[in-house]
Amino acid sequence: MTLPLLEIRHLRVEFPSRRGTLLALDDISLTIGPGEVLGVVGESGAGKSLTGAAIIGLLEPPGRVTRGEILLSGRRIDNLSDEAMRPIRGREIGAIFQDPLTSLNPLYTIGRQLVETIQTHLRLNSNQARLRAIELLSSTGIPAAADRIDHYPHQFSGGMRQRVVIALALAAAPKLVVADEPTTALDVSIQAQIISLLKRLCREQGTAVMLITHDMGVIAETADRVAVMYAGRIVEMGPVAEVIHRPCHPYTVGLMGSIPSMQNDAKRLTQIDGAMPRLTQIPSGCAFHPRCPKAFAPCSVARPELMPAGVSLAACWLVEGSVAASPMPKAAGR
Amino acid sequence: MNVDTAVEAARQPHPAPALVEVDQAARYFDVSPPFLSRLLARAPRTILKAVDGVSFDILRGETLGLVGESGCGKSTMARLLVGLYRLTRGSIRIEGQPVEILATPQGRALRRRVQMIFQDPYASLNPQWRVGRIIAEPLTLHGVEIASDSSGHGASENRRVYDAARIREHVDELLNQVGLSTADRSKYPHQFSGGQRQRISIARALATQPDFLVCDEPTSALDVSVQAQVLNLMKDLQEKLGLTYLFISHNLAVVRHVADRVGVMYCGRIVELAPRAHVFAMPRHPYTRMLLDAIPDLEMTGKSRVPVAGEVPNPLNPPSGCSFHPRCPHANERCRHEIPELKGFGMDFSVVACHAVEERRI
Repeated sequence: MTLPLLEIRHLRVEFPSRRGTLLALDDISLTIGPGEVLGVVGESGAGKSLTGAAIIGLLEPPGRVTRGEILLSGRRIDNLSDEAMRPIRGREIGAIFQDPLTSLNPLYTIGRQLVETIQTHLRLNSNQARLRAIELLSSTGIPAAADRIDHYPHQFSGGMRQRVVIALALAAAPKLVVADEPTTALDVSIQAQIISLLKRLCREQGTAVMLITHDMGVIAETADRVAVMYAGRIVEMGPVAEVIHRPCHPYTVGLMGSIPSMQNDAKRLTQIDGAMPRLTQIPSGCAFHPRCPKAFAPCSVARPELMPAGVSLAACWLVEGSVAASPMPKAAGR
Repeated sequence: MNVDTAVEAARQPHPAPALVEVDQAARYFDVSPPFLSRLLARAPRTILKAVDGVSFDILRGETLGLVGESGCGKSTMARLLVGLYRLTRGSIRIEGQPVEILATPQGRALRRRVQMIFQDPYASLNPQWRVGRIIAEPLTLHGVEIASDSSGHGASENRRVYDAARIREHVDELLNQVGLSTADRSKYPHQFSGGQRQRISIARALATQPDFLVCDEPTSALDVSVQAQVLNLMKDLQEKLGLTYLFISHNLAVVRHVADRVGVMYCGRIVELAPRAHVFAMPRHPYTRMLLDAIPDLEMTGKSRVPVAGEVPNPLNPPSGCSFHPRCPHANERCRHEIPELKGFGMDFSVVACHAVEERRI
């Protein structure tokens, strides 16, 4: 196995507040290999976006990393100063956010924004940078890029803006792109275009992607591996086909069953009763146990670690071998 | 079977009378710049045709799904149906009564029987009111029906009372019906999660014992597991109370799950209207095919699909002829000039507005 591009070890993110400390991410461990697409799914509040924000060093204060570490190509990046983080952000880790309107500055032409990004990270003069910007825009499928480069963000449609954002994220050819719900704000037909674009560009450049989304369909189509999050923890992680067709964790089973399918004609959807716990009231033991149809004695007492379940990893006491309660190494291998 | 009867048959696969009849409904919005700016720029008025000649029927007890991408006129259609917008032309009749009377005192009885569930459960509940008051409001206006028989629907001559204890009792009943507890009556909306709030909206909509519910993206703001809860609840309620739904969504999988018939909208028009099985198994209109192709599918792991080029056109300046022609792989000269009408083909109850389908080119 090659050295992982990104490695997160036992990451813990807390938000100190007046009413006590909120534990937003609890013991997250994962790896992303070079060129790999890791999907991160979960419902709102599961901690998907926070994981992404922690990687790019954009945790909103008072949120902070209190334990664990994040390594990019073997180098620790979670404890860097803002000053030291700046050249990494954009140059080595690109970011794509959900809302393409708020990720672009409405007062500058997209050309200016692209050139600024390119010149920050690459040694190019303004003419070369502009040519590179046009090249990037056409590679993202924007027609007549040489003319449109001088347009402002409001002159682009939502899908076109997201293409510009992708061009910005890939401007300095980063090794990793954190894409946080890149298609959620878009219509289905545009979503399909953006996903295949992202897939194509990352394959061409060999860029690894951490794709954060709530849409299992997008993951199924794009990711190599997927991590399922619940209440700030990873409950299951494994190859996409495996997690979708043979989910191990009861939460993943429920989540997959609750998605209306285009194939089967179930009269009722599987429903998981209740709702995700608030961060102030995370249950003891396995955070999912109050909603779990299969919960038994140990679930409310001890927290299960991620353990091998077939070719995946699952954090559940029902997974074979977990009764021995031997904590396994959590760094997720392939 | 001539074309007209085919259209008629498609609208009414069963001889049951339609609860809602929409005929050539249109709603235009004047989005012109202010008079002086217009004068200086010598620009004409700008008219946005949000809904432009839409016809369909909804039968009692069925769910009609409306799908389409943003800006296609789905929500305008919903608002037209409950009388929140006035029609520019065409007509909408609910139980034979024109929808215009909803805004008049004579429409009071009809108003009670047509209710709406909105997309955003955070914005559609008054944050300063307790849940009990939110659900009771329609009851204080319309009263609680004292039904002599349990199937009180449609019996408008039943006695209605406005007595506080009776209303309270009914609110408790409604809360139980949507899976909340009676103790929730004295809480505020912010104390609930998104899914629970949508349950409150549903309870409020059901308070006046409506026949017809217009649901505008009722689960789009919810997480999938919560969406499953709400969709199951809506199905249960429909079975129990014999409700008729117009279910609007941009999510085809959700519409496939809930709807009996599906209308596909594009640029303010319906391009295909057919029983659910036909739309999803044998889509006819190129736009419907494109939409179905565009859904990322769980079963398609690893496979890639061909994304369709182009975007939804600007509704202020829609393309001539068939508004889908710039994106359509089957477009020809006729498609660029002539607007296709909804027509029935063959014996399956579908209607399609497409020249290529009509000419059997596809």
